[in-house]
Amino acid sequence: MSVGLTRALRWTRANLFNTPLNGTLTVVIAFLLLRFLSPMIDWAVLRASLSARDDRACAAVGGACWAFIRDWFRFLIFGRYPYAQQWRPAIVLVIFVALLLASFSRRLPARRLAPAWLGGLGAVALLMRGGVLGMPYVETGLWNGLPLTLILAAGGLGASFPLALLLALGRRSSLPALRVICTCYIEAARGIPFIAWLFLMLVLLPLFLPPGLVIAKLWRAEIAFALFIAAYLAEVVRGGLQAIPRGQYEAADALGLGYAQKTLRVILPQALALTIPAQVNTFIGAFKDTALISIIGLFDVLQDTNTALNDPAWRMAYVEGYLFTGVIYFAFCYSMSLYSRGLERHLGQGRR
Amino acid sequence: MRRLKFVGATLAAAVLGLAAGSAACAGPTLDGVRSRGVVTCAVNPGLAGFAMPDHEGNYQGLDADTCRAIAAAVLGDAGKVKFVPANAQQRFTLLQTGEADVLARNTTWTLLRDTENGFNFAPVTYYDGQGFMVAKKLGVKSARELDGATICVQPGTTTELNLADYFRTNHLSFKPLVIEKLDEVENAFFSGRCDAYTTDRSGLAATRASKAPNPDDYVILPEIISKEPLAPAVRQGDDEWLDIVSWTVFAMIGAEEKGITSANVDAMTRSDDPEVQRILGSSPGLGKALHLDDKWAYDIIKQVGNYGEVFERNLGARSRLNLPRGLNALWTKGGLMYAMPFR
Repeated sequence: MSVGLTRALRWTRANLFNTPLNGTLTVVIAFLLLRFLSPMIDWAVLRASLSARDDRACAAVGGACWAFIRDWFRFLIFGRYPYAQQWRPAIVLVIFVALLLASFSRRLPARRLAPAWLGGLGAVALLMRGGVLGMPYVETGLWNGLPLTLILAAGGLGASFPLALLLALGRRSSLPALRVICTCYIEAARGIPFIAWLFLMLVLLPLFLPPGLVIAKLWRAEIAFALFIAAYLAEVVRGGLQAIPRGQYEAADALGLGYAQKTLRVILPQALALTIPAQVNTFIGAFKDTALISIIGLFDVLQDTNTALNDPAWRMAYVEGYLFTGVIYFAFCYSMSLYSRGLERHLGQGRR
Repeated sequence: MRRLKFVGATLAAAVLGLAAGSAACAGPTLDGVRSRGVVTCAVNPGLAGFAMPDHEGNYQGLDADTCRAIAAAVLGDAGKVKFVPANAQQRFTLLQTGEADVLARNTTWTLLRDTENGFNFAPVTYYDGQGFMVAKKLGVKSARELDGATICVQPGTTTELNLADYFRTNHLSFKPLVIEKLDEVENAFFSGRCDAYTTDRSGLAATRASKAPNPDDYVILPEIISKEPLAPAVRQGDDEWLDIVSWTVFAMIGAEEKGITSANVDAMTRSDDPEVQRILGSSPGLGKALHLDDKWAYDIIKQVGNYGEVFERNLGARSRLNLPRGLNALWTKGGLMYAMPFR
């Protein structure tokens, strides 16, 4: 018997069958898993159709209709971005995944992370927009699908973070005017639904701008998004600020540090580290909120699925379509969650 | 609640008023289109047969082709269209703020839209109307035989109101089965939970073509209980642009009347028929009157096709929807499509 098998058997006995109760539980759970998983596997894998021509052909086989995903794959991911130029958003996706992996694996030192993301986003904008290096210009209305979702999320979250820090500090400031302004902003931003913000930016803003000045819908949505998230994030940061013991402030004062040094070197690092779970909570919620922009006619990854499902050939493949989109959302949300866990471990929070 | 509604209406009116004010001084649309080199066209984000991206992301459909025809007439190139997907609420704002030059989004021509809301409508490109679909085995030939029937309907639209009105007017009774989601209402109908399903007839045909276990087992009854004339809309106050959009639609219909197709348009330029000569610019003059090139209609027909071609390709026998021409046939064949004289 090989070493591996012996070890596996020993592990099984130690963990799954170590007491009669655990042994029984293992058997029952295994039975339930089989009972419920097997129809799912049967549907999703065994009887699935990959090459059917429409949903009726799928229905004849009775399983999942992955042929829909295959048929519409490029549209589901890239939407209406010019077909011949779709290598550009493809590279954009690679850049995003590389940035996420680099952040997640902690390969990049923390102080290089912000420049790396800034540079990455610059490259993303350049690739999507074109107009240079022989790449034809593509207007923002055609930046669709997954790249759009990621641009909105990364840009919005990135821009909201510094704003949130300022708002949180402002709300705790000893200057009454500053405090009132920050508090009013936060309450107003949180008190109005995101959809209403989007409509405000979409409908009212163009009416007040001077004629001829048109801000693309994408950027209007991005600004609304950043302003909205900042209010929530500011409150998270403020929670962290309040959790810092008074002694820390006094110690920094005793060392003779000024306000800026005290805040940047003593208070904020601790407050931010303390609130990582809440920040990530906000980020993940915000990432999923990007789907709301379909309401103002931007094609994010969910809207692409909705649109493709209007194809008379695949009207019944909505379970498969939404599963596919769900998996994409899950992958990004879960990677954010993994990243935060790594960060917490690194900073040693939660083990104090 | 009533007060809330009132506040909402006042706000909306204020927004529309502001928009109408700024639109009036926006300047002629034609100049804007020429300097931008592209016609901006608000379309449905995804409605098969009217405007729906294909696998390569290019909009296809009757509305999309109407936009292309306008671009062909104005710029000589049907490809110079910028499609702006617009949902039901934002479509009018897009047009009013000048973000779109034309609204071709299966929009019903109504009095208020034509007047107070600040729009003008070009000729109708599709005559739709609410109808009923039943299983063939029921043996029902007319909606008047549906007394006491259970009828599947989606809530919240005029569809539900039209249904109630129709049965009240005809002194019939019915049991509504109201279901919010399209997929679910369709499933309810095909699984036999209701005797009839009601929505716009183009929607009925699309449902039958794409979801019926066997499309031949279902019939769409002849009654049309509401009028839904779908037409392209433009901003009020720019007559030149309204003329261009209107005559683009007439050119497509007129070409079908005269038998000019995208395939034979070159041969037809040598036709002896004086009206064909005027349409295609062989005898000049009409283009100049529209402030367009004399080849404007030639470009439409050559690059997009006549109305019949566009219909068959997107909605008719050559599409998956397989809609009959019905009211949208030429007036000479019992329909309502009628082009004004080209002279």
